[in-house]
Amino acid sequence: MVDLSVDLGFLKLKNPVLAASGTFGYGLEFKPFYDLNLLGGFVVKGLYYNPREGNRPPRLVETPSGLINSIGLQGVGAEKFCREVLPELAKLETVVIANVCGAEEDEYVRVAEYLSQHKGLAALELNISCPNVREGGRCPAQNPEATYRTVKKVRQATSLPLITKLSPNVTDIVSVALAAEEAGSQAISLINTLLAMAIDLETRKPKLGNVMGGLSGPAIKPIALRMVFQVARAVKLPVIGMGGIFTAEDALEFMIAGARAVQVGTANFVNPDACLRIIQGLANWAEKHHIEKISEIIGTVQID
Amino acid sequence: MIIDRKARLIKVESWKDYHLLSLESPEISRKARPGQFLMIKVSEGTQPLLRRPFSLHNVEGSIVEIFFQVVGEGTRLLAKKKPGDTLDVLGPLGNGFSLRPDFGSQEVFCIGGGRGIAPIYFLARELQKTGVRPVVFYGGRTETDLPLKTRFEIAGCELLISTDDGSAGFSGLVTALVEKELERRRPAFLFACGPEPMMETLAEICQLHNLKGEFSLESIMGCGFGACWGCVKKIKKSQEAGYLKICQEGPVFAWEEIVWQEVENG
Repeated sequence: MVDLSVDLGFLKLKNPVLAASGTFGYGLEFKPFYDLNLLGGFVVKGLYYNPREGNRPPRLVETPSGLINSIGLQGVGAEKFCREVLPELAKLETVVIANVCGAEEDEYVRVAEYLSQHKGLAALELNISCPNVREGGRCPAQNPEATYRTVKKVRQATSLPLITKLSPNVTDIVSVALAAEEAGSQAISLINTLLAMAIDLETRKPKLGNVMGGLSGPAIKPIALRMVFQVARAVKLPVIGMGGIFTAEDALEFMIAGARAVQVGTANFVNPDACLRIIQGLANWAEKHHIEKISEIIGTVQID
Repeated sequence: MIIDRKARLIKVESWKDYHLLSLESPEISRKARPGQFLMIKVSEGTQPLLRRPFSLHNVEGSIVEIFFQVVGEGTRLLAKKKPGDTLDVLGPLGNGFSLRPDFGSQEVFCIGGGRGIAPIYFLARELQKTGVRPVVFYGGRTETDLPLKTRFEIAGCELLISTDDGSAGFSGLVTALVEKELERRRPAFLFACGPEPMMETLAEICQLHNLKGEFSLESIMGCGFGACWGCVKKIKKSQEAGYLKICQEGPVFAWEEIVWQEVENG
């Protein structure tokens, strides 16, 4: 029996697989497919304080081994989530993390404060990296100073552990990761989607209603892996890796590059039980390689 | 919702761009209702990445059928499948058409435009079983766009066909044919599936004639079960309009609920 548990320091996970925000609804959408308690945990869809309408359709376009989305964080808002969904999630015996959004720094604080007053959440993931909600795909995670300010403010507003989710749409991701660390974040998760677009040849119009969107899926995995590797070497904080993970082998690559846990996103759309299959795949791989504890492989990338 | 990773393809019928696939999937067939849909993985790898949505065309014992037109890479690959192949199928999904008991033995209009005819066959057959008389309108650009004509005739449905170029049946849009029929009879209800301009015109007709009805919408879908928020359409429930998920809250909506022209608000 392989020990799949991993320790993030502030949080122990029964296995390293978390379902990623924006791809797992509020969790309950996946209840018909498997027992959610088998997951290491999951991160619910991004929450603003109020309900949010989201962007105009079309919101999805498929590209080679990838998916560009411009959903725009449509959702029920923190209040309704805490009233109608969180009590159900609190009954689960797995880690539930809320993804915190904000139009302004103060809204991040307000959402974090509000969520912290309710039972059932193990941590907050600070979404400073969505490319679909501001003009030109901009977000706080593109700038170390804005990252520092936002993390610092939210850090003071909640007693829950804080995971800062980074954007790949930067020149130097390490400087942003270090800013989040210095501001008091407990962990770093990366990467969010890559700013992208697609054009219809006949109409010469962008295929997305919002013109640009965020690319996810296997197409982005090599970039995500490189960034996880760079960040994991630079920070002392635990790193949660994501970006195009579809198989256990993908997850293992991220862990070897330095991720202590992984998030699975787009794969959930294709196979609703993707996380479960990856967890099983990790156990099979470890057994085959005579590894007793999966945590042994974290950061073991061999560089000559 | 069932994930059937080994739905066996037992029969393929093809007419140029149109294809009808019969799949053995006992668990899905048992639960399927007209107007619901399936999400099918058309390849094993990551290209294409996502499943593709197909409305249920027919259910016969343990067999489920889909009818589709080749419109892109996903449907092109699916059209190449051979009997004996297995497909990874998720379903049944979505809400489906309401088969209301108050239809009695009245006439109900069932309108399909082009590939939008797909769910109409299953619907018409289920209506027949309850004693309702479905009047099927089947419209296409030209005669070769109406490959299911014989199938409806064999099922014993009253079938009215139209072609834009007049090569078969009524010459003109299917919506004009519907208007013509409304001059001499009034259905208890109206169901439709087809291109958006067709359904938008039908909504105007329903309003003019004070008819109740339900339309099935099509969309690119990420997941099919409400997790991605990718397939939304502006829908008006009570007074407020907002983006609802076609996969979960639809694909079938009352015609009054659908907001056709999206008004730019800055």
